Amino acid sequence: MITLLFFAHLQEAVGEGRIVLSNVPETVKELKQEVENRYHIDLKQVMVAVNEEYARDDQTLQPGDIVAFIPPVSGG
Amino acid sequence: MNERLFMITDKPVSIEDVVKKVMRPEAGAVTTFAGTVREWTNGKRTLFLQYEAYVSMAEKMLEQIGAEIREKWPETKVAITHRIGKLDIGDIAVVIAVSSPHRNDAYEANRYAIERIKQIVPIWKKEHWEDGTEWVGNQLGTKAYPTGKPEGEDLP
Repeated sequence: MITLLFFAHLQEAVGEGRIVLSNVPETVKELKQEVENRYHIDLKQVMVAVNEEYARDDQTLQPGDIVAFIPPVSGG
Repeated sequence: MNERLFMITDKPVSIEDVVKKVMRPEAGAVTTFAGTVREWTNGKRTLFLQYEAYVSMAEKMLEQIGAEIREKWPETKVAITHRIGKLDIGDIAVVIAVSSPHRNDAYEANRYAIERIKQIVPIWKKEHWEDGTEWVGNQLGTKAYPTGKPEGEDLP
């Protein structure tokens, strides 16, 4: 399993801030596609962090990973 | 007073407290930046803001910015505190303090810090207007996505 975290408008669109996924997609790219299809959201401009580090689409996922979907940030 | 140099808090931020963290005998200059909640943006009135963060990662990214600054301006010392939760007009959202032996490094490093915050630190603000709400969208914090996602010119 892996844990998914959603923030800002994504959290509102998904309806949850934290979701546990029982399967483990092979890569970040595959996970993004699965999440887009399942929750009908657009992740084109969304960055992904795996275990609190920004990750590229080709990064492979491991059981236990915490994957955060990070919309364009607006701090400051 | 919390001694951590890089932190996210849900309490009001004191400029004085952040400045104290970087004061030291080697410093001949301290610059501070305070980001505050603006009431009017292009003629539209903000009632209040809601800030949200991925706190653990946001603090790591603030530390990373600190490391980048140490590499570029080795003689500086930096402290950053960013507030989250509901903020009213005029409230301080972020304070950045940089000390250095001479003023130039302190100014440059401070400017660098706020620009990097707007690029890499997972913090989001939601505008509460008189007639609705919007999550602010792009990395410069200047564009809202009314439908909650980028469209048209914003797409790659």
